[in-house]
Amino acid sequence: MIPISWYLAVAAVLFTIGTVTVFVKRNAIAMLLGIEVMLNAANLTLVTFSSYFRELAGQIMVFFVMVVAAAEAAVGLAIVILLFRHRETLNVDEAQALRL
Amino acid sequence: MLRALVVMPLLAAGILGIFGRRWSERVIAAIGCGSVGLSMLLALYAFIELWRLPPEHRVIHEPFFSWIAVGSLQVDWGFHLDALSGVYILFVTFVGFWIHVFSVGYMRGDPGYARFFAYMNLFMFMMLVLVLADNFLVMFVGWEGVGLCSYLLIGYYFDRAYAASAAKKAFIVNRIGDFGFALGIILIFATFGTLRFSEVMGIIAARFPEPEALGEIGLLTTIALLLFVGATGKSAQIPLHVWLPDAMAGPTPVSALIHAATMVTAGVYMIARCSELYARSLTALFLIAFVGALTALFAATIGLAQWNIKKVLAYSTISQLGYMFLACGVGAFSAAIFHVVTHAFFKAVLFLGAGSVIVALHHEEDMRRMGGLKRFMPLTYGTMLCGWLAIAGLPPFSGFFSKDEILWRTWTSPTVPEPWGRLLWGMGFATAILTAIYMTRLIVVTFDGQERFALLTEGQGSTALTPHESPRVMTIPLLVLAALSIGGGWIGLSEAYTGGRVANWFEQFIGPALASPPVHPDHLSALGEEPGHGMELGLAAATVLAVLAALLGARRFYRRDPLRRVPALLENKYYVDELYDALFVRPLVRGSTVFLWRVFDVTIIDGMVNGVAASVAACAAVLRRLQTGLVRSYVVMIAIGALIVLGYFIFVGGRIPIR
Repeated sequence: MIPISWYLAVAAVLFTIGTVTVFVKRNAIAMLLGIEVMLNAANLTLVTFSSYFRELAGQIMVFFVMVVAAAEAAVGLAIVILLFRHRETLNVDEAQALRL
Repeated sequence: MLRALVVMPLLAAGILGIFGRRWSERVIAAIGCGSVGLSMLLALYAFIELWRLPPEHRVIHEPFFSWIAVGSLQVDWGFHLDALSGVYILFVTFVGFWIHVFSVGYMRGDPGYARFFAYMNLFMFMMLVLVLADNFLVMFVGWEGVGLCSYLLIGYYFDRAYAASAAKKAFIVNRIGDFGFALGIILIFATFGTLRFSEVMGIIAARFPEPEALGEIGLLTTIALLLFVGATGKSAQIPLHVWLPDAMAGPTPVSALIHAATMVTAGVYMIARCSELYARSLTALFLIAFVGALTALFAATIGLAQWNIKKVLAYSTISQLGYMFLACGVGAFSAAIFHVVTHAFFKAVLFLGAGSVIVALHHEEDMRRMGGLKRFMPLTYGTMLCGWLAIAGLPPFSGFFSKDEILWRTWTSPTVPEPWGRLLWGMGFATAILTAIYMTRLIVVTFDGQERFALLTEGQGSTALTPHESPRVMTIPLLVLAALSIGGGWIGLSEAYTGGRVANWFEQFIGPALASPPVHPDHLSALGEEPGHGMELGLAAATVLAVLAALLGARRFYRRDPLRRVPALLENKYYVDELYDALFVRPLVRGSTVFLWRVFDVTIIDGMVNGVAASVAACAAVLRRLQTGLVRSYVVMIAIGALIVLGYFIFVGGRIPIR
């Protein structure tokens, strides 16, 4: 059987990838992707512990995270589309009209 | 049964208030009068039920629902029917019903027809709650409720400034009285731990065998006087009588129902309901008797000099209420209630008659523009004559029996110290004569002599006016109530007239529900001696002769010159309104303007509000720099936040809870 640390390691790697993506990318879609990766890293951790402790609550939690992620993606992509229509760009640094 | 009887008018009031505006007058009138009519039948039924019980157990108690239960404070809505409330519900619903019927004609064509009947029905509900309540708090609900309806109905013509301000005046003056009443209720709860009438009166009867002496301000006297303050407000006694004359700004049926027959007698009812308490305080009784007699005399003198037909009747009401309080004060509670009942009949007739006249003259209330109306309105005239003779107190009209009972009880009162019984009787006697004079003046000036309405309307360029007798829907109530003001007095026929063979029926019926009066030390020696029937008959004869002389004298006097000048002091009601204005109203207005508005409101209140707004703006000026508009700086902030939370759990040691 694969030890738990492997799962956690994969999750940690995924989370790091996601974080770095969000930090370094300026493309709005890429940032959303990074967020999705981070969420799924968290999901993986939840499922891991859930099966390790023989406790269903973690898996149920995953469903909630998925629903939230789907909603977030829908809203996020809608914003991205509108951003593109107005600015003809996906670079988030150029969307700063609200800045003081 | 009692529940249905009470709730019926409330239901109708709700229905009329919500849907009434779209309905025709016929439907509104049917609902408005129907509900009160049903209440009347139920009241009659309840009364007969009560009647059939043996005299010493004449109590029907009906719980309704539990209202407040906080610690030791237990207040339930329950209805308590005994001889006292039985008499009250009977005449309240009866007179109420006929006044509702009268209103059908009186209010015809008024745009607020549904509103009027909704308020009137609400009033009937509140009055029944007041009368049937089994504890002080529910009574207080009714007490305030009738006050509210009185306010709404005085201000019924709210587009007229004087009606709106009269309504406010009534409400505010009543507030002063209610403040005393509320304090009394609180003191009762603090002392006895309960608010149920039966329990409170039981405790008083058990714990205080002796009445508190005259001049002694003990616990019971304090409670009694506080409650009496409430009674002076509601029943328009000196010094809180000023609202009742102004209350005539409402439609005339309202004046008849609320400001003559029913609501204003609530103070008398409350004192009779608490007679066990009042019978234990000679001080309170003396004060009540004195205030009552003084009010009776004082209001009667003002009544001599008013030109508005309704104002005369209003002062006459105050004066008659004074009689009732006088009766309570001398320990004759049953005589007080008897006078409440007869007064309800004859004063309703007089007010409705005045209403009939007012309608016939297109809402003219000034008697100087009336005169000669008996040719045009024979029915109104005839019924008004019954009311006139009844209030003047000529036998066999109803007012005679009750007024005579009160005067006789005052003469022989055991509760007041020695010369006062005679003095108070003298005041009552003088009031009786004045009553005969001002009522004669009203009748003569309104119905006899020249027709002055035509002259005045011609002067204004309008077509000459011919008054007509009112429609049947208005004259039938007049006839019914007139019949009662003729015959209603026989229920309380004093035994002196039958030489003791027939007991006073009314007193026998209501007696068990009331306390017997305490005895002042001056009268201890005479205890047990029955004052003779001969004396009673003699005094009654003297009163009747004096009243008759006054009646005939006044008739000649006013026939010669109906519009003779009246003393300015009396016409201006002894300047009491002006005095209150200078003493209370103007200082209050000045203090509010100079200090409360210009100083307190402007600097402190406004300063606080503006200060809050300014500090929020200052904080925002700093915080808004955090909003850079750069998405990636937000990302960094989120990351830093996440790290801080994580760091907290790792280093500070908040354990992540895992089962």
